[in-house]
Amino acid sequence: METLISIKPVLAIAVSLAAVLLIYLTGERSKNLRETWTILAAVTKFTIVASMVPSVLNGKILEYTLISIAPGLSIQFKVDAIGIFFAALASFLWIITSVYSIGYMRSLNERAQTRYFACFAIALSATMGVAFSANMFTTFLFYEIITLCTFPLVAHKETPEAIKGARRYLTYLLGTSVAFQLTAVLLTYNTAGTLDFSNQGIFAGKGSDLLLTIIFVLYMAGITKAAMMPFHSWLPAAMVAPTPVSALLHAVAVVKTGVFVVVKVVLHIFGIDLLQKLGLGTALAYFASFTIIVASIIALKQDNLKRRLAYSTVSQLSYVILGVALLTPSAITGGIMHIVLHAFGKITLFFTAGSIYVATHKTEINQLDGIGRKMPFTMTAFTLGALSMIAIPPLGGFISKWYIGIGALEAGQLPIILVLVASTILNACYFIPIVYSAFFKEPIKDHEHHDEKHNGLSESPAMMVVPLMLTAIGALALFFYPGVFIELARIIMATVT
Amino acid sequence: MNITDQAPGLIIVLPLIASLLNIMVGSWRRAFCYPFAVAALGACAALSVNILYAVINNGAIHYRLGGWEPPWGIELMIDHLNAFIAVVVSFMSLIVAVYSKKSIEQELPADKTSYFYTIYLLLATGMLGITVSGDVFNIFVFLEITALAGYALIAIGDDRAPLASFNYVIMGTIGACFYLLGVGYLYIMTGSLNIADLSRLLPDLYHSKVVLVAFAFFMVGIAIKIAFFPLHIWLPDAYTHAPSSVSALVASTMTKVGAYVMLRITFTVFEPYFSSEVVPMTAILGWSAFAAIIFGSILAVGQTDFKRMLSYILIAEVGYIVLGVSLGNRQGFTGSVLHILNDAVMIACLFMVAGAVVYKRGARNLNDFIGLNKKMPVTMAAFSVAAVSMIGVPPTAGFFSKWYLILGSLQAEKWAFAAALLFSSLINAVLFFRILEKVYLKGSRGQGFKESSEEETSFDEVPLSMLIPILVTAVGIIILGLYSGRIISSIIQFTVPEGF
Amino acid sequence: MEFIISKYNYWIYIVLMMIGFYAMIAKRNLVKKLVGMNIFQTAIILYFISIASKKGATIPIIQEAQGAINPAQYVNPLPHVLMLTAIVVMVSIFGVALALIIMIYRKYRTLDEDEIIEILRGKK
Repeated sequence: METLISIKPVLAIAVSLAAVLLIYLTGERSKNLRETWTILAAVTKFTIVASMVPSVLNGKILEYTLISIAPGLSIQFKVDAIGIFFAALASFLWIITSVYSIGYMRSLNERAQTRYFACFAIALSATMGVAFSANMFTTFLFYEIITLCTFPLVAHKETPEAIKGARRYLTYLLGTSVAFQLTAVLLTYNTAGTLDFSNQGIFAGKGSDLLLTIIFVLYMAGITKAAMMPFHSWLPAAMVAPTPVSALLHAVAVVKTGVFVVVKVVLHIFGIDLLQKLGLGTALAYFASFTIIVASIIALKQDNLKRRLAYSTVSQLSYVILGVALLTPSAITGGIMHIVLHAFGKITLFFTAGSIYVATHKTEINQLDGIGRKMPFTMTAFTLGALSMIAIPPLGGFISKWYIGIGALEAGQLPIILVLVASTILNACYFIPIVYSAFFKEPIKDHEHHDEKHNGLSESPAMMVVPLMLTAIGALALFFYPGVFIELARIIMATVT
Repeated sequence: MNITDQAPGLIIVLPLIASLLNIMVGSWRRAFCYPFAVAALGACAALSVNILYAVINNGAIHYRLGGWEPPWGIELMIDHLNAFIAVVVSFMSLIVAVYSKKSIEQELPADKTSYFYTIYLLLATGMLGITVSGDVFNIFVFLEITALAGYALIAIGDDRAPLASFNYVIMGTIGACFYLLGVGYLYIMTGSLNIADLSRLLPDLYHSKVVLVAFAFFMVGIAIKIAFFPLHIWLPDAYTHAPSSVSALVASTMTKVGAYVMLRITFTVFEPYFSSEVVPMTAILGWSAFAAIIFGSILAVGQTDFKRMLSYILIAEVGYIVLGVSLGNRQGFTGSVLHILNDAVMIACLFMVAGAVVYKRGARNLNDFIGLNKKMPVTMAAFSVAAVSMIGVPPTAGFFSKWYLILGSLQAEKWAFAAALLFSSLINAVLFFRILEKVYLKGSRGQGFKESSEEETSFDEVPLSMLIPILVTAVGIIILGLYSGRIISSIIQFTVPEGF
Repeated sequence: MEFIISKYNYWIYIVLMMIGFYAMIAKRNLVKKLVGMNIFQTAIILYFISIASKKGATIPIIQEAQGAINPAQYVNPLPHVLMLTAIVVMVSIFGVALALIIMIYRKYRTLDEDEIIEILRGKK
């Protein structure tokens, strides 16, 4: 494998940091100019990331050491297949979300928009940092930055409720990462003598089985962003954030950072062989299965749309972990593919939730009867997203579940198949009724005169509808053209097995 | 005459003479005191850097006062460790001196400011003296000069300061006298006071009871001086009620200098072998440090006075330093020495922020931080950096010293110590996010809090002379974090005693 | 008994030191604390001076005519020098402490620690 020195990963991170500065300097004086910076940064970032894809597809690895702090502790970037996979996804969706954010924030006339856009940009920088990091230290650094810079986003409304949610968010994410993840990183360094990611894992022949198991458990407990039970409750709590935040960060960037780090730990810190030897992969798979089922059941009972989506996210994230934990080629491919497929589906769903809120100020599912007539575009997108979540072909979500299923067979874990089936049914149970009532039920008659006004179409602004249509189409298109993503997943597979 | 050759002597003499001249300057033109003191401390800082470079390039410096041969003459001995500490002390003194102008003008009657700078320079003299001294008795003298200046400076604080200072006098004197007794016992046995000489003579006497007693006296004496748990009771009162700039200086440097003396006694005067094998001192230190970290952190949670909270955090931080030393391995020692630097900068930054809040709001309760992000955005940004560093989030400096300390604990297989360090990180997270919330978020203010008027939220930063030092330390926290590897490889790794 | 008598200087210093220590810790009156501190310090001075003395030795002034120098004939001058410095240090601490006491007295009109704490509580 060829390794090139390239500053591109640093640029990809720096571009949104530069945007932060410009956003703050512009401030509230010229909103249009301020938003231009966000869009500009998003497009530039994606261009930079995209420009690295061809070299990665050609089997090259781009590396750049930003600063070497101490032996074994350096801020170092390495663009490999899995990194570019995640970075491309996040940076692409940032463009769409930025447009959507502008529509959302302006429609609702939200406060502190400068801080909002600035924190968003930092969060994306840090996400790129995690995606491109070459060692666990760099990962940890950006992981913590994500936590800190999304805290103001969750607390954005600054109501006592928002503060409460944000506190829980921070307690879970920062608390566990300091208590468990940092311990795990330290133990890793102490045992293996290095933190650099390696395709074969770094523990070969080091440490006792017991110690390695403890380290693994600490990692899994510490990477709370992956929202595995029992450390999942920060995610529903974080739903107090404005919807674009929930959409990009709590369906893509933040939570996917969590599962991304889990994948990294499984593949590049421990390595498939070692985990198989220790039997930890299977244990993790069943743990993830538990989360998948239980979170789905909890989702059924949620009446708040965003909370239901949040529990759905908790459940879906564990698919990725499940796929990777099965440790067979197909399952890993499926798990990794699920990162992108779930992202498109779930971001669509959150976008629609935001769109409904902006247009009608409705947040509860029982209020949504007949809304499909007023907001056909939004609800069509919702349907596509929901179908993708349920994994019905021809929608993207099907691909990953298919692969995971095959992987489970390869691994000889038949109960996993049952889990997949059960969760598909549960997914259908909590999504289909929404779709049904939106399109086929009679709208509840408001006793106010709203009715006549709302009889026709009352979609939210185009700046919101267009993005959510785009992501919905994306969820559909990925089934037919998984293209570059499946290509990258194959390369990832090839390197770790 | 080459300045570098004379630098070790000058670094003590210069602030001492400056402090005397300062009185004259003050009686001539009071306004000149501040620039004069800053200039003198600037010169000290330059000298300390000069010394550090000389040590890095040519190894340890032995400077004979008056040209007398040691062990009879007084020798200043500077190796990597004290050159490093001297730089920390002189720079922190300089930064805080720059900061002090406006805050002292507010807290002191105008005719007293010249005396303030005189005593301030004396304090710097004392601390620099401790760091460059090569014999144990001179360390005592400079310890007392430092303490004297400290007593006086703390006493000029708020209403309760004199009593706090008096209690500090009593405790500090006990500490100093114990130290002096330790010196006496060593002198009986060896007939020498020179550190290098002592470390040569002592190994033969390690099993003498007198030496053991001497060691015990040293440890207890220094433990009082650095407010090491459970001998910390004087510290919270003294540091809370002192004037803002004084708290910033003494909190960031005095405990660090004391920690330096502890390192010298445990690892240079006595060998690591003695401190860990002959007497189980390192074990005792380690577990006391463990207790210091736990209790310091827990007690900090209960405080509503910001400076008092910082004082308890400081007690925990002293625990960090001692804990690292007690581990008896390279990583732990590195972490300790690095933490001396990092903590000095972080604590100074936090106390200066406290001073800035006092300057603008006239009080320093946690509730006085409400909504300060609009009024003092720059100060609060600096505060956030320091807070994040105290929690230990990379790439701030606080992360790296903690990293080495925990790594050291893991290597020594002291799991409890690693857990204590992480625990204190978590507590710090609680402590500081509690405040950051008040600073940045509106909803946290609870019911009954009146929506601030337009005037309240308008931009109202502290003067530049206070703002710049705060910013320097905040930026310093990040830069020190990023360069901690460089600092370790060029300085700290040479301070680790042999046998680690 | 022999042990006690032969080292009587140490015993005296320890007793003095403990008296001082007790006063510093247990007395509630600030002036008494200060007196205790003084006794404590004096004990240490006594200790240092006593270790310098030798039986039958004289002041350490060496006359050239005497020829070879026998150290046993002279008391050790170094502890005296150290103590001169220490006395200066202690006197200045005493001075600062007295100044503090005056400040405290002006503020609270009492020097009893308990009463002061009472006053401070009342203020809150």
